[in-house]
Amino acid sequence: MDVPVIFEKSVPGRRGIRLPAADVPEVPLEEMLGRDFVRTSKLNLPEVSEMDAVRHYTRLSTLNYGLDTGFYPLGSCTMKYNPKVNEAIAALPGFADIHPLQPDSTVQGMLQVMKELEDALAEISGMDAVTLQPAAGAHGELTGILIIRAYLLAQGQHRTTVLVPDSAHGTNPATAAMAGFQVKIVPSNNRGDVDVDKLRQMVNEETAGLMLTNPNTLGLFEEDILEIADIVHKAGGLLYYDGANANAIMGKVRPGDMGFDVVHLNLHKTFSTPHGGGGPGSGPVGVKSRLEPFLPVPRIVGSPDHYQWTYDRPQSIGKVRSFYGNPGILVRAYAYLKSHGGAGLKEVSETAVLNANYLLHLLRDIYETPFDRPVKHEFVLSLKDQKKRGAKALDVAKRLIDYGVYPPTVYFPLVVEEAMMVEPTETESKETLDMFAKAMREINGEIDASPDVLHEAPHHTVMGRLDETLAARHPVLTYCQEDSRAQTGQEGHI
Amino acid sequence: MRYIPHTDADRQAMLEALNIDSVDALFSDIPEAARLHRPLRLFEPLSEMELQQEFFGLAAKNLSVDQAVSFLGGGFYDRFIPAAIAQLVERGEFLTAYTPYQPELSQGTLAAIFEFQTMIAGLSGMYAAQASMYDGASAVGEAAFLALAHTRRPVIVMSSTLLPDSQQVVRTYVSARHGEVLTVSSVQELEQVLASRPVAGVIWQYPDVWGHVQSLPRAVELAHQYGALAVVSSDPVALALLRPPGEFGADVVVGEGQPLGNHLNYGGPAFGYFAVTEALVRKMPGRLVGQTLDHQGRRGFVLTLQAREQHIRREKATSNICSNHSLNALQATIYMALLGPSGLREVASLSVNKAHYLAGQLEEAGLSRMGSEEPFLYEFAVKVPGSVAQLNQHLLSKGILGGYDMGRWSDQWEGYWQLAVTEKRTKGEMDMLVNEVKRWMSR
Repeated sequence: MDVPVIFEKSVPGRRGIRLPAADVPEVPLEEMLGRDFVRTSKLNLPEVSEMDAVRHYTRLSTLNYGLDTGFYPLGSCTMKYNPKVNEAIAALPGFADIHPLQPDSTVQGMLQVMKELEDALAEISGMDAVTLQPAAGAHGELTGILIIRAYLLAQGQHRTTVLVPDSAHGTNPATAAMAGFQVKIVPSNNRGDVDVDKLRQMVNEETAGLMLTNPNTLGLFEEDILEIADIVHKAGGLLYYDGANANAIMGKVRPGDMGFDVVHLNLHKTFSTPHGGGGPGSGPVGVKSRLEPFLPVPRIVGSPDHYQWTYDRPQSIGKVRSFYGNPGILVRAYAYLKSHGGAGLKEVSETAVLNANYLLHLLRDIYETPFDRPVKHEFVLSLKDQKKRGAKALDVAKRLIDYGVYPPTVYFPLVVEEAMMVEPTETESKETLDMFAKAMREINGEIDASPDVLHEAPHHTVMGRLDETLAARHPVLTYCQEDSRAQTGQEGHI
Repeated sequence: MRYIPHTDADRQAMLEALNIDSVDALFSDIPEAARLHRPLRLFEPLSEMELQQEFFGLAAKNLSVDQAVSFLGGGFYDRFIPAAIAQLVERGEFLTAYTPYQPELSQGTLAAIFEFQTMIAGLSGMYAAQASMYDGASAVGEAAFLALAHTRRPVIVMSSTLLPDSQQVVRTYVSARHGEVLTVSSVQELEQVLASRPVAGVIWQYPDVWGHVQSLPRAVELAHQYGALAVVSSDPVALALLRPPGEFGADVVVGEGQPLGNHLNYGGPAFGYFAVTEALVRKMPGRLVGQTLDHQGRRGFVLTLQAREQHIRREKATSNICSNHSLNALQATIYMALLGPSGLREVASLSVNKAHYLAGQLEEAGLSRMGSEEPFLYEFAVKVPGSVAQLNQHLLSKGILGGYDMGRWSDQWEGYWQLAVTEKRTKGEMDMLVNEVKRWMSR
């Protein structure tokens, strides 16, 4: 049966919510606005009762798989448990119902949360100052790269190139290009690290900086990080830390101490705020003190007696979004930090790394690991052998769905053939890891015994594999009756 | 630690399996000189009970719009939010899901985004909308990018009556691409600029910061006459009553989505929306959901046209954007479903009626409205005789969050007071505001 859409439940004249009666005279709209400015076209919204809407969206929710449903070992995404108490806290009217243009004196509690979060993130990352304004990791990257550019320009340096390793997240090269830089790709060596010799040959007076994730997307710690930092700095460039993998390092090592000048952190990864089906996130950026004047405006200043916003930062890159970022997410992240403390965060990272290594240990005799080293919080398998035997990484991923698991990231990073990237996180138990390993082993056996089971997987979901080529070739991006599949001969909805 | 399930026995068994004594062995590849040799200087961990108490205390230091009477607007509005929305979006299957890259396990999110795209495209009068942006201002910034890339021209022209935060984001974004931003304060100035240099995009707000709408058709017309894209930023609730920008020929329509069922959240998270003409669909930033079939011919949804995006195109992507504000867009979708066409129109028209009542009362009290010959909807600005800051201070002492002191945005707007009136405001509250204004004026 088709996946339902709300428009198909619409009945003219039905409505979910009533509003109070008017207590002031009505304004004749057409007379007031003039004919040209009055909307005459129909509003394309469904007409449903409240219960229709509640049942529809409840039904849709059941077609989703969330962390609350089960294991979600998505590499590079840090799908850790999202504590319920943080949701309850963020929903308090004192946080959720304050207007961004209220006087500073009426939002002191929120400003305190934000200032203390800035300070805590600075301590965790080894940076001197933090802005909370970026709305997501990629947004933080853009902010950080613009800060680097502004800093270099202030030194009279028009540097044009940003270096990015071949194992990097797609956002890194996209960001550098968006910020007007040329992107040069640094190759990895046979240990999965940045090739230091190649890097040395690539840096020059045009190098604005290097964007690096550490541990990198292979889950490996860049052992030569101090030398890498030295090479980039000596060439006059700066070092950007993509914090997507910061869940591996809290309390163990800090980007600031590795030589990074700018860092973004993903609060929706490391600091447990929910992914929400693709956002909202939050991507604060930390910098070393020489870069502080370039942070976005406004900045929080003052002391616990009275915090306030200041726009007096003449060298600032300006704003990257409205107001101050996503305070509703910041409150959750701060609550997470408060419930852990410094020692707790260290235990988080140690356990995330222990879980990843333990799970890798359970799999490595049948799934190839391209680099034989201890990993950090995640690992990458290469399913080359499985592919030869008849099942691609995608098939194995889809088959995992039938075992009740959300599939790991596949075909990333690009440097590994038939890659499958697994990140268990610290909030998963030993039994869950054992269950996953067992499923992976059984699936490996199925490749030889009954390969079609994999090719046609998943078998137990509401939808089978969907035709993505059809979707792209004939894009249907909005609902309209003619395109609808709910025609005669189709039996109702699921 | 609270969210770590391991017992000592679990930990021991895992270490033994790995044949190591301590987790430290797993960190031995970190260079000694880089390691942190001291504990992080943070706080002592709190139990859930202590955590709740502490945050109750912090929340109590803020004055919420539920405790005061708010007339603040500027893109964010204190609108009524039906209770069903929170209960639905807090379902863990929505709240704790990742981006819907695995369509078989994400039909809920995907179908809801498809509905959202449909609703936003209809509201703005455009061909298609994407899955949502971070906020209204960055949506305007991304629209400027789109115009630069599409026309391969270097200049963006924006109206001086665009929301100040949007103006600032456009400046930041366009400077990233080494483009130039010019500001104009009338359609006459716009025409002069268009005639003088190659302009990629013209950005107009509808209604603008004064609440005015009338300059839009001419601005769109001029943009097209000179080969530029017309980008329009609109409060989506206003479009329930206003002829949508798409019907005036806009190429891109963007805006701040908060007024559609989202909490104020001190400015975020809410969401931005982004809608385009058919010709620009493949130039859009961010995620897009399309309808398709599975192998049994059943209708389902997938992320589509991903070849625009960073994870495929890397440095050649239309944008680096990699998330959307899905949960906020879901709130908006449910909000629009609950209200339906008549409900959304009623939200807007109640606001209009009330705002006009208030504007009339303030004008009677001697505060003239900016552009008094221009029509407006539910947001307007008046000239205050004296210090707006002092007036607001007086009102705050009476439990009123007065309008915004526009002089804080720009020196040119010194003395102007921007007021927004939503369906939540009552005649009694507005009368109270007017009385306090009068009392302050006669101080």
